[in-house]
Amino acid sequence: MTGSQLGQPGDARSQSAPAARRLACARSPQRWSRTTRLLHRSMSPARRMLVLGTLLAAGGCSPGVLDPVGPVGDQNRQILLNSVAIMLCVVVPVILATAVIGWWYRSSNRKAAYRPDFVYSGKLEMLVWTIPILVVLFLGGIAWIGAHDLDPAKPLKSNQRPLEVQVVSLDWKWLFIYPESGVASVNHLVIPVGRPVHFSLTSSSVMNAFFVPRLGSMIYTMNGMTTQLNLQADHAGRYLGQSSQFSGDGFASMRFNTDAVAPAAFDAWVAQARQSGPVLDQATYNTLAIPSENVAPQAYRGVAPGLFNTILMRSAPHTKDPLPPAPAASPLSTEKR
Amino acid sequence: MSIAATHPGLTDPYKIGHEGGESQAVGHGEGGPAPTKVVVGFGFWIFLLSDIIMFAAFFAAYAVLSPATAGGPGPHELFDLTNVKIETTFLLLSSFACGLATIAAAKGRLLNAQFWLVITGLLGASFLFLEVREFATMIGKDAGPQRSAFLSAFFTLVGCHGLHVTAGLLWLGTMMAQLWAKGFQPQVMRRLLCFSLFWHALDIIWVAVFTVVYILGVSQ
Amino acid sequence: MLGKLTWAAIPFNEPIPLTVSIIMVLSILGIVGFVWFKGWIPYLWREWITSVDHKRVGVMYCILAFVMLLRGFSDAIMMRSQQALAYNSPGYLPPDHYDQVFSAHGTIMIFFVAMPFVVGIMNFVVPQQLGVRDVAFPTLNSVSFWLTASGVLLINLSLFIGVFARTGWLPYPPLSELAYSPDVGVDYYLWSLQIAGVGTLMSGVNLVTTILKVRAPGMSYMRMPVFCWTSLASNLLIVAAFPILTATLAMLTLDRYLGFHFFTNDLGGNPMMFVNLIWAWGHPEVYILILPAFGIFSEVISTFSSKPLFGYRSMVAATMAICILSFLVWLHHFFTMGAGANVNAVFGVATMIISVPTGVKVFNWLFTMYGGRVRYTTPMLWSVAFMTTFVIGGMTGVLMAVPPADFVLHNSLFLVAHFHNVIIGGVLFGLFAGYTYWFPKAFGFKLDERLGKCAFWCWLVGFYVAFMPLYVLGLMGMTRRMQHYDVPEWQPWLIVAAGGAGLIALGIAFQILQLVYSIRTRDRRRDVTGDPWDGRSLEWSTSSPPPAFNFAIIPDVHGEEAYWHIKERALDQQLMPEEPVYEAITLPRNTPTGFITAFFAVICGFSLIWHIWWLVIAGLLGAFATFVVFAWRDEAEFEISATEVARIDRARRAARGIRLPLVERLV
Repeated sequence: MTGSQLGQPGDARSQSAPAARRLACARSPQRWSRTTRLLHRSMSPARRMLVLGTLLAAGGCSPGVLDPVGPVGDQNRQILLNSVAIMLCVVVPVILATAVIGWWYRSSNRKAAYRPDFVYSGKLEMLVWTIPILVVLFLGGIAWIGAHDLDPAKPLKSNQRPLEVQVVSLDWKWLFIYPESGVASVNHLVIPVGRPVHFSLTSSSVMNAFFVPRLGSMIYTMNGMTTQLNLQADHAGRYLGQSSQFSGDGFASMRFNTDAVAPAAFDAWVAQARQSGPVLDQATYNTLAIPSENVAPQAYRGVAPGLFNTILMRSAPHTKDPLPPAPAASPLSTEKR
Repeated sequence: MSIAATHPGLTDPYKIGHEGGESQAVGHGEGGPAPTKVVVGFGFWIFLLSDIIMFAAFFAAYAVLSPATAGGPGPHELFDLTNVKIETTFLLLSSFACGLATIAAAKGRLLNAQFWLVITGLLGASFLFLEVREFATMIGKDAGPQRSAFLSAFFTLVGCHGLHVTAGLLWLGTMMAQLWAKGFQPQVMRRLLCFSLFWHALDIIWVAVFTVVYILGVSQ
Repeated sequence: MLGKLTWAAIPFNEPIPLTVSIIMVLSILGIVGFVWFKGWIPYLWREWITSVDHKRVGVMYCILAFVMLLRGFSDAIMMRSQQALAYNSPGYLPPDHYDQVFSAHGTIMIFFVAMPFVVGIMNFVVPQQLGVRDVAFPTLNSVSFWLTASGVLLINLSLFIGVFARTGWLPYPPLSELAYSPDVGVDYYLWSLQIAGVGTLMSGVNLVTTILKVRAPGMSYMRMPVFCWTSLASNLLIVAAFPILTATLAMLTLDRYLGFHFFTNDLGGNPMMFVNLIWAWGHPEVYILILPAFGIFSEVISTFSSKPLFGYRSMVAATMAICILSFLVWLHHFFTMGAGANVNAVFGVATMIISVPTGVKVFNWLFTMYGGRVRYTTPMLWSVAFMTTFVIGGMTGVLMAVPPADFVLHNSLFLVAHFHNVIIGGVLFGLFAGYTYWFPKAFGFKLDERLGKCAFWCWLVGFYVAFMPLYVLGLMGMTRRMQHYDVPEWQPWLIVAAGGAGLIALGIAFQILQLVYSIRTRDRRRDVTGDPWDGRSLEWSTSSPPPAFNFAIIPDVHGEEAYWHIKERALDQQLMPEEPVYEAITLPRNTPTGFITAFFAVICGFSLIWHIWWLVIAGLLGAFATFVVFAWRDEAEFEISATEVARIDRARRAARGIRLPLVERLV
């Protein structure tokens, strides 16, 4: 399932970002077809306009959640909109009823019937319990199915083998290791378009959360543990990435750019990274782990084998001391060491 | 004018669905506020329930952290079940002595009550002594609470119980002094009731502690 | 000698904290000095500080809450203005200050504004609604209040001696561990909350016992006002949830003070366990706050609709259902921690189920208004605004309970907007409604309506202007707690939000003005009968303010809405009920135990924070001595003679008797 149906977004977005954003804002009707279809089914025209208008204003021109570029983000958004639509069916009538009843039964309105004995009605009770239960059953079903379909650890359906990326959150920057290519980069994530990416994440120190809003789901990173995330970009472009779990004074500067590029361009980037820049070994990593902010993006031409596992095994807080000797390598998934 | 007068034909809405009940049992509301002794005992019991929930949180932490020995000593190396048996005997007997003290107090026998309270205190203090000795031994073997998460959880859970016992002994001393000074006045009796509830509850917690920590720890 | 405490703890070289500290210290000295020179100290000591009267304790809780609202709100203004300015710019608050500001904002608002306000109103109202003279344990009540005040003092001390935590209002490890937060900030947080938490727990035990064991004769469970039911549910939650907080904070304290490894990164510690434990407390906590607010709305809506509450039994059932369900949903606060699909799904569904009884309550309030004659006084305005605002907030909550939606909205400003939506739109609006509604009962005169309405509109519009943009920002990908950012699209919304905060500030200003003006012109709005709103429950049968003993004779309750029956009969017969036979009343004596315990609690807390160990021991000894001295007192009660009781009550009856022929219902 791919994302939006805008023609040729790749070139526009990767070249001039502000111009591209303005372009992207001028939406064609096709873009809203899925959403509109859904809204059509469930709401009156007035309500539809209200939701659309709000959401357009909200997500239209921004690095946002309503503007995904990959299948995961797409499904996240779909479920979000579906749930909002379902709930508006209850919420809007309730708010309208409050306004109407509040207005009609004001004490100065003598035309309203005063019924001080209207304190119980079996039929109303039944209705008042049933409506929320039904809505909750429906939404609960969506939640159950959605939670399983969009489990971050669940591999994406694709005919391509996923790209492995290992992510380490440090204070206060992001390290991305490409174990198959043997390169790494700080504060700059490059991924090929159209190919699923499988992230294994950990933290060098405190809890963080890896989040690229336009790609979709986020996941926490925790020291001594690996978490899993599967994402995919279907459109080339530069997307904002951040940490969404507060991690200290340098938290706001934990920003990184995610560049989704054509597969050929990705290979070119890897090749270029292999040619210059330092090697990421234990000593370099130790220096990197010293707290710092606003670290400029940098690539490493080589990565010490098993470095991610070594980082995982390390349990001390950030320190200037060298890493302990790496234990025998063992494949680790979501279990604590 | 009342609503009923200005709106004739209204059915009385206040009886729909409510029975009210005519029970005169005091403490169930229908007879008015419960007597002070009941109120105090009930309130203290609610406090004990909250304390048990606090222990439950420590038990949960212990359950989660008990595998995390971080390469250090575990239950098999550390727990001395004989010591635990003696501690348990002391604590159970002290509860029994406390019961005897309560009975003596109810009968108005001051010396008797004080005697059994002293026995309660001595047995409780013996329990504490054994526990502190156990802790000191473990710390001496480099198995103190800073060694691993398992040991942190162990010392905290068992230590929290021990702290409660210590607080209980302080309370006991104060109660004995109060008994000497004031005799069996109603508020002193109420406090004695609360103390004995506390002491017995500590016993119940100890049963959970030695089961979950010591027996389960050694058997795995 | 003084542990870690040195002169360096005072922020001489940091202008903003220094200025604020100086202002605060001067204000406090000014107020204390003013009170001293006016000669009010003996009165305050005798009638308020040492009081064990639930009405006085309740009022003091509310005053504490309102003062702390000013501090918490100043933090909010600082945050909003910083974020409005900080596009590609450092703003005016460096990160270590900004981090303290948002941590303090959340901590203060939850623990020292919302909780005391809620507990204060429950304290004031519940015994009167139950038809009794006081709570089950009056002295414990005073101790609870003063322990909460100790927490307040400690957290305010962090402003000018040392620093506050920089971890957010819930200090997740490993960030809150010594390795990453080596300074005293987290320690201030831990001790101030532990001490206040003991007070809250005691208050919970007190009110549960009161509601279950201390009620007027004839008041069975199903004849209690709904506010008493919601207070029962809330206090049961306090008793069940606060011990978890105590244990969890204790574990973090042990990690920081004694090098334990509950939540450290090394030697087996498990930070995820902190997250689970703290939210196992944290979720019930928000229901502790909202349930009494629901109860207030039930009272206010039924009184001002001139109708009994619709669906009493299902309201009770819904309340108790919410009480139990609130313990089963805590994981929805960290769907993104990676627990797996099944766990996430179960907790998502459980969270949705809890919206069912809440929805039932909203419908029942609507049906209460239906067929009523709704008078739009200020409390009613707050209630109607609540019904709309809370429903929107609840909707966004249910939305975030769907795990895939949460995967993109967790920790964003959408989340921040959601919880402010339900806490301000639910808890705070309810507290303001209750404050206005019960103010005449507490002080004998109503608050000015016009100023109240000005405050209401400023708050309402201000709330929407401040928080609707945050929903948008969350959808635009903005995370919470950012000291600066570089996405240009975000700034306009943040500027609008700052404007909204300014409007809310205006609302608060109107509330202060309303209070001052109402006090100065109180004779114009005296509540002479004690029943200014045509109330339906027993508190409206006493005079305003009630005498110390509340009821000269404990009333016999024969049905729901006990007072309404009495009033209806009196109106029909145009006769006051028969004068009862008066007896002497014994009441508990005032005692300084609460205040002195608090004094030693502050000593202990402060010295624990700064590692002044000898002072800790001195404080503990002092606290124990206070306990023993209190336990030794011989005179626990004092008596009000039958003639005195008769005199007071006859005045009340006379005031009502005069008005009886004049009562005209607008229905």
